Amino acid sequence: MMAAVQSNETRRIHPHKFTLWVAIGSIVMMFAALTSAYIVKKNQANWLEFDLPRVFWYSSFTILLSSVTMHLALKAFKAREMGRYRTLITVTAALGLLFITLQYFGFRDLELRNIALTGPRSNSAASFLFVITGLHMLHVLGGVIALLVIFIRAYSSRVKNYSALPVEMAATYWHFVDVLWIYLFIFYNWIG
Amino acid sequence: MSNEAVVHTHHDAVHEVHGDHHEHHHHETFITKYVFSQDHKMIAKQFLITGMFWAVLGGLMSVLFRLQLGYPDSNFPWLHSLLGKWAENGHITPDAYYALVTTHGTVLVFFVLTAGLSGTFANFLIPLQVGARDMASPFLNMLSYWFFFTASVVMLSSLFVETGPFSGGWTAYPPLSALGDASPGSKTGMDLWLISMALFVVSSLLGGLNYIATILNMRTKGMSMTRLPLTIWALFFTAVLGVLSFPVLFSGFILLIFDRNFGTSFYLSDIFISKVGALPNEGGSAILYQHLFWFLGHPEVYIILLPAMGMVSEILSVNSRKPIFGYMAMVGSLFAIAVLAFLVWAHHMFVTGLNPFLGSIFVLLTLLIAVPSAIKVFNWLTTLWRGSIRFTPGMMFAIGFVSLFISGGLTGIWLGNSALDIHLHDTYFVIAHFHIVMGVASMFGMFAGIYHWFPKMYGRYLNNTLGYIHFWVTIAGAYMIFWPMHYEGLAGMPRRYYDYGNWESFKQFIELNRFISTVAMIVFAVQILFLFNFFYSIFKGRKMTQLNPYGANTLEWTTPLRPGHGNWPGEIPEVHRWAYDYGKDGKEFISQTAPVGADESHH
Repeated sequence: MMAAVQSNETRRIHPHKFTLWVAIGSIVMMFAALTSAYIVKKNQANWLEFDLPRVFWYSSFTILLSSVTMHLALKAFKAREMGRYRTLITVTAALGLLFITLQYFGFRDLELRNIALTGPRSNSAASFLFVITGLHMLHVLGGVIALLVIFIRAYSSRVKNYSALPVEMAATYWHFVDVLWIYLFIFYNWIG
Repeated sequence: MSNEAVVHTHHDAVHEVHGDHHEHHHHETFITKYVFSQDHKMIAKQFLITGMFWAVLGGLMSVLFRLQLGYPDSNFPWLHSLLGKWAENGHITPDAYYALVTTHGTVLVFFVLTAGLSGTFANFLIPLQVGARDMASPFLNMLSYWFFFTASVVMLSSLFVETGPFSGGWTAYPPLSALGDASPGSKTGMDLWLISMALFVVSSLLGGLNYIATILNMRTKGMSMTRLPLTIWALFFTAVLGVLSFPVLFSGFILLIFDRNFGTSFYLSDIFISKVGALPNEGGSAILYQHLFWFLGHPEVYIILLPAMGMVSEILSVNSRKPIFGYMAMVGSLFAIAVLAFLVWAHHMFVTGLNPFLGSIFVLLTLLIAVPSAIKVFNWLTTLWRGSIRFTPGMMFAIGFVSLFISGGLTGIWLGNSALDIHLHDTYFVIAHFHIVMGVASMFGMFAGIYHWFPKMYGRYLNNTLGYIHFWVTIAGAYMIFWPMHYEGLAGMPRRYYDYGNWESFKQFIELNRFISTVAMIVFAVQILFLFNFFYSIFKGRKMTQLNPYGANTLEWTTPLRPGHGNWPGEIPEVHRWAYDYGKDGKEFISQTAPVGADESHH
């Protein structure tokens, strides 16, 4: 009977993976709330219009590229090409950090144009951009930490791990934060 | 693989799988068994007892501020001994009064009725009733409790800071919550309130993720969704509501933190504060916070109520010895309530200057909730109808829940009308409505659950006599406290006031207020009796000797008397039928694990 249960249940999604998807739904709700608050606020008086930092284009390209390397890393792991896999997740994590740095330069760019993000001189248009983008950066940072964990696992010679589950989950999350940024980028530019 | 894999990777439940029947096993230390436990049953008890701690504290706060409302001109020297500078001359100060009201609200809504109720029973019942060894992620589940615990410690510490805990109401509307200069409670107390609530949101999310993943992925063989007990359906929708609405509250809090600490203008505008002057902020909208808050706030009502509804459905059916009436209608109405919960938040904001046309849409959607609610009430009553009712204390509280839900629900129809709301908003009518329908009703659901599942939790029974005293005093007291408040509210008596002595029109209510306060003290005292019953029975209660004392069909009664981590010593039982085969084909009850016989009639 145990065997029957096993074969019956393997077709189901792993509960941890499913949990991740629900968590993603939850994160989506947070950003949906923030972007709808943005829309509400924008339609009220005293909204500052300004051009987005140019560097956001580069950061968008960076995070798209990191999704590609993450995808290749997962493929390499499944093919048991561990050398390639290690290189690729290192590149992915580095691109993630580069993305965060570029976003920071985006904020710097606004400050240099005398558009305050916080403080008494700030307009909520810039504050919203800062808070939403900042929260997204924290989520990317979380992804980098997850990559760091599976990276350390990949180098530890003590444990040989053949389960693709952690890597798959890290990849799902990574693509999610990528898509989330692309959504925010489109939102800032053309919707909000 | 899921069910086995999850527990195996985390704990030594492997032992139990291979037949280590004993409740105690040697790898568990005190720390891993009672403190940092990953066993869902222990986590449930941790949630319950922490929730009970808060219920006592929150209840005591209500007694203290009722003392002010009932006896506004009396001095109680012992209050000074208890509260120190917050009760100079034995008289609670206005600041302390508002701090007590605010903390009472926050604690009861979030710590008692969210964490204490759904945290306890989702943890306890989900794995046991769906047939799983533990949650999808026992580790996240443990984290969920410890985030709640940390939130509790931070909230508790805010009671002891010099400027007092937050005192701007449990909804924490800006500008009172966004400006440290607005009131003493808006200083450190509010910082601690925000930290505590942020931790609480994380706790709720971690818990909710787990509940959903467990219900959808870890059901035992044969346990299709339509065979789930209604408790599980209710807890499922509760978790979905929490996972989708708490992040919205969280985003509201983030913006609030920025306004408080980093000078942004999301909610703050150039208002004038006495002793401070005009604010430098420009263009903020305090209403924006209300939208974000109530987008959680309204689903929160159902996060509190649905677990109670689910447990009541189960307990009514078991103790009427009848199948629940209209199982699919019950599931459908839970679903309808969960959907509508997200579409009615603005009925909390009818008088904020909301466009009346928009208001009318929210009126319509709000009144629509009456439909699924009425379906549920009808089905509970028809489940009781001509049943062989066993009036156990759990059953009494379940019936009490139905009574309170009807009484409180009917006034919801009044308040859902934006026109009537112009008169009734911010009066005692609102207080009476939500305390009955959400507060006391959910407390009754929680008591029903505790009385009913206590034997499964601790292997002993609660004392029935004390249980009946607890029930009758509490239900009579609940109506005596909140029924008169409807009249006060209709007369226009506003909520949240410290002293009504200045109004000629409300002087007529001084005796009534005194009556309410007196009953509140008696009801509080009876809850202490329940606490005694609870803790005494854990150690000295009558021992449970039968595996299935109620003759119930659900899976938790197929586990050993005191199940270890992993719940079933052998294999997880297979399920062959729904949970409500009571009185079928001449049999009193048929457990879910019994295979369907050849000559059995179709349900």
